[in-house]
Amino acid sequence: MTATLDTPSPRPQAPTPAPAPRGSLFDRLRDVLTSPKSGPVLVTAVLFVVVFVIGGVRYPGFFSGQVFLNLFVDNSYLIVLAVGMTFVILTGGIDLSVGAVVAVSTMIAASLLQTGWSPGVVIALILVLTSVLGLLVGLMIHVFKVQPFIATLAAMFLARGLCYVISKDSISISEPTFVALAVTRIPLGPGLSITPSVVIALVVVVIAVWVLGFTRFGRTVYAIGGSEQSGMLMGLPVARTKVIVYVVSGFCSGLAGVLFSFYTLSGYPLTAVGTELDAIAAVVIGGTLLTGGYGFVLGSVLGVLVLGVIQTIITFEGTLSSWWTKIFIGALLLVFIILQKVLTSRRR
Amino acid sequence: MSAALTRIVSSRLFWPVVMLIALVAINVIAFPGFLTITVKDGHLFGSVIDILRNGAPTLIIAVGMTLVIATRGIDLSVGAVAAISGAVACSILLSSPDPGNPGTVAVAVGAALVIALVLGVWNGFLVSVIGIQPIIATLILMTAGRGMAMLITEGQILTVDSAPFKALGSGFLLGLPVAVLIGVVIFAVAALITRRTALGMLIESVGINPEASRQAGVRARGLLFTVYTFCAFSAGIAGLILTANQTAADANNTGLFIELDAILAVVIGGTSLAGGRYSLAGTLVGALVIQTLVTTVYTVGIPPIVTMVFKAAVVTAVCLLQSPATNAAFGRLRHRLTARTSKGIAAS
Repeated sequence: MTATLDTPSPRPQAPTPAPAPRGSLFDRLRDVLTSPKSGPVLVTAVLFVVVFVIGGVRYPGFFSGQVFLNLFVDNSYLIVLAVGMTFVILTGGIDLSVGAVVAVSTMIAASLLQTGWSPGVVIALILVLTSVLGLLVGLMIHVFKVQPFIATLAAMFLARGLCYVISKDSISISEPTFVALAVTRIPLGPGLSITPSVVIALVVVVIAVWVLGFTRFGRTVYAIGGSEQSGMLMGLPVARTKVIVYVVSGFCSGLAGVLFSFYTLSGYPLTAVGTELDAIAAVVIGGTLLTGGYGFVLGSVLGVLVLGVIQTIITFEGTLSSWWTKIFIGALLLVFIILQKVLTSRRR
Repeated sequence: MSAALTRIVSSRLFWPVVMLIALVAINVIAFPGFLTITVKDGHLFGSVIDILRNGAPTLIIAVGMTLVIATRGIDLSVGAVAAISGAVACSILLSSPDPGNPGTVAVAVGAALVIALVLGVWNGFLVSVIGIQPIIATLILMTAGRGMAMLITEGQILTVDSAPFKALGSGFLLGLPVAVLIGVVIFAVAALITRRTALGMLIESVGINPEASRQAGVRARGLLFTVYTFCAFSAGIAGLILTANQTAADANNTGLFIELDAILAVVIGGTSLAGGRYSLAGTLVGALVIQTLVTTVYTVGIPPIVTMVFKAAVVTAVCLLQSPATNAAFGRLRHRLTARTSKGIAAS
């Protein structure tokens, strides 16, 4: 043993260590997997594929294109919510009001449509109102230095309370345009179809990817999450951006509410209780660091799909009760947070 | 005179007490018999007693929450813990042959509290050992906890018929409701242990500067375990009271949104969410303010479901009053006023 160690290396030491090609591929793979930027997303992608394959092996009829597309159909509103939440979490904030805002949006839609407002006006009004609510929350957080968690909690109370002010009972929607948007299927091939909501959600995703990846605003969002102080010293518009992310989240919540009302064709005050947790879980599972600074919108979409596929498996299993979903989501959330913790601490 | 006035006004209890007095005044105007307490069958009856009894679960949780918040943490899982503790107690009572036997009730209550302690240790472990941010660490249990409670109750609402258990929620002892007495005991124990020993100061030091207190030799890890365990324990007791009050365990609705009420009580009481100095007396006043607010909404004749809007208004107002921006504005105003009075004295 010692002899081999003692024999001097016949090769001369290179001035700069040039790793062998095979090692570099491995190193690069390891780097990608352990970087806080891309590691969690890749783990999520692998997890999604594995879970989907397990489902396909276990249940007949699971491995079909329509089951995959239904993940989008059933979760289009959650995708939009997760997109808005990604913006907020990227800056290191959090928005607990999204579920309540979804509920109040469905209530506004249902009650105004009942009194005969035109659907276009109703949708525009909802989007404006929820954006204004987001603006107020943002101002409270930025100007008055209220913690994001508590400011959005106040917004959550307000929105839930307003639901009850509008009506304490469920209101159904029978307006033709909404019904048409709810039942229309866009065929994508034999036996495959999606709903208009999916198209809207995907458009939102594309816009968000573009904004975060290719605009100054997007880069400022990442910069604030990395270090607000540095961003400020660099002369970035920190104040404006921090307020705007909450406007984005408010807008997305409103839009998600509209999509949700297409999905359920009703407004109900207790709808979407706990949806904020699903949205946060999707964003975290999708690889966005809760401390901000790292993450992708597409990762959040992947997070939504993972939650969706778990839900689908539980439905296919039949004997498992639906409350297992909550436990699974909690466990997944924990695993991914610990993963984030490990990856970020290694970098330090 | 003016110095004493300034001291009273600048006391942290000033605004909460003013709010409480204002609410009581509104009640007395709307319903002149508000403050009268009558004695029936040796028990005290009256609106004030009702407020104390209905506010007891919130107060009990808020006491635990105060200590958690003082360490710069938060516990979102208290509602879920309350639901689990109620579910455990009810399922044990239901499976026993004699639910009315005091011994059985003691076992059920004991088991529920042990489970609550275990959940608290779990929260403490996530926060202090793994180092997850408290909001997220307790969010996991908040999401998964409701699922666990559903699992224990098997998705049913468990109705129990047990006189000793029911007494926890609606019984009387020495003329006072049992729930109120439990609340008083928890409050007194927490106040004595943290204020008559160095524990309270150590908790505050961890909240103000974790790193500095670590270097000063404060064992933050043990303290965090203690406060989260205590918070879950108090949530367990509150869950038992809530369940006993309804004589039924409802995994979905027991303690729903109670975490928000508890946090609100702490915030109204003047404990900053940024950690550090805390005031249990403030929390007591805060819990009373919330319960009185709910009662006021009833007595004034506003539909009770609108309460959430009022809570939102109160949270917003309190946060804005506490914010550094407002404090700075007040400071400037006070400075200008004192400058003017001293000038006036000089002139005379």
